[in-house]
Amino acid sequence: MISVHNLVKKFGDFTAVDGVSFEVKDGEIFAFLGPNGAGKSTTIKMLTTLLRPTSGTIILNGGDPVANPDAARRSFGIVFQDPSLDDDLTAMENMELHGILYDVPSKLLKERSKELMQFVELWDRKDSLVKEFSGGMKRRLEIARGLLHHPKIIFLDEPTLGLDPQTRNSMWEYLKKLNKEEKTTIFFTTHYMEEAERVAERIAIVDHGKIIATGTSESLKEQTKSESLEDAFLSLTGKMIRDEAATPADQMRMRHRVWRR
Amino acid sequence: MKKIYILWLRQIKKYLRSKSRIVGSLAQPLLFLLALGYGFGSVFQKAGEGNYIEFLAPGVIGMSIIFTAVFSGIEIIWDRQFGFLKEMMVAPISRLNIMIGRTLGGATVATAQGLLVLIISLFFGFHLSSVGAIIPAVGIMFLIALLFTALGTMIASLLDDMQGFQLIINFLVMPAFFLSGALFPLKGLPKALAFVATIDPLSYGIDALRFLLIGEVHYGLVRDVTMLAIFTSVFLLLGSYFFKKVEV
Repeated sequence: MISVHNLVKKFGDFTAVDGVSFEVKDGEIFAFLGPNGAGKSTTIKMLTTLLRPTSGTIILNGGDPVANPDAARRSFGIVFQDPSLDDDLTAMENMELHGILYDVPSKLLKERSKELMQFVELWDRKDSLVKEFSGGMKRRLEIARGLLHHPKIIFLDEPTLGLDPQTRNSMWEYLKKLNKEEKTTIFFTTHYMEEAERVAERIAIVDHGKIIATGTSESLKEQTKSESLEDAFLSLTGKMIRDEAATPADQMRMRHRVWRR
Repeated sequence: MKKIYILWLRQIKKYLRSKSRIVGSLAQPLLFLLALGYGFGSVFQKAGEGNYIEFLAPGVIGMSIIFTAVFSGIEIIWDRQFGFLKEMMVAPISRLNIMIGRTLGGATVATAQGLLVLIISLFFGFHLSSVGAIIPAVGIMFLIALLFTALGTMIASLLDDMQGFQLIINFLVMPAFFLSGALFPLKGLPKALAFVATIDPLSYGIDALRFLLIGEVHYGLVRDVTMLAIFTSVFLLLGSYFFKKVEV
């Protein structure tokens, strides 16, 4: 379903992704683990046509997202690490806009919006403006929106960040159900080791833009002779704490938050 | 088509929902009409130029259009900072169509704002030469609005954050407004200033509005519309060129 070969992304002198290769099978749940700044989000951005790779090849659902972005875009849904909703629109309007951009027929759009919003328990808030939502509610709405066009692949970039255990649990229940019934391929990144261990069939550990290990959580533990996946992760990536430079977007969000108070 | 429409509709909804923005952006034109319109009225009259409010109103309408339009274009920076741009960029819609939908939306909003100022200026003693003139005038307003929304889009594509916003307002939008003949007649200007006015697209927009609304003209309607159409096409092309290069 996803096949990546020798993928490289350079920003000036800095190499964010440095020759990454991996395969994700049809219907597989695949996790990308790595410290901050390891290149996880950059890889997702290249897979989802947001960034152009410096070199290397990607095959997504049988097509090349660089050469034919629209076909690739129809095949996947994505839940970003940062919010990507329009705060000035209502929950329903956000869903509608997405449905129209993805050519979902209007009758189907209504049915699925209802079903998905009921699932994430936002149906009774469908006409509220998104800016009135809490962080967790926004996240749930984004998940519902990402699934609206029934994608073959769903990318989730740290999807459960800031969610309470109840929401996290029900979200994965739904995604696993979708994975089983519709054979949706799931590709996600996370910092929660127990999440990767519980959900993912295979895990790739990335650091400094390279994949340093791939396998099931069992095989990773065996390989490093560790008790838990967290120990395996630490023994592979070291204990040094990484810093990520704040992007202008982060700085702006900070200011915005202060300003709104 | 439907995709462009929904992006257009989004701009309209956002505009109608931000009452503070509508009211806020009326304050400046009101101040200009009040302070300059009445303040310079008698001087203008004594110089034999007639009623200053009549002369000024099309200029102030132009001002409110360009400020709203540039701001609409620049809103792409907000979309980027708050993430919605990513949602549009991963959707199966071309960059060009995103740009078209947004620009039409922004231009519609700016035209509405201009129309609102036109109505308000009637209460300040502005007289239309004929009511029917409003229709072609709205067309000109829309052209001005398109031009400056595209300009805003171009700037937003080149900027990372809102830090540069003030710079743009002071070095681009303010000069475009003040040097366009919005506030003073273009005839008898010093050569340098007259030249600057000829390369300022807003000069043609306001000149055309004056012709349609009060029957006064400096360059002539044909030249105005031609120049405005050329500038608008160029900036639409530039806007879509730079927007295509945006990475999120």
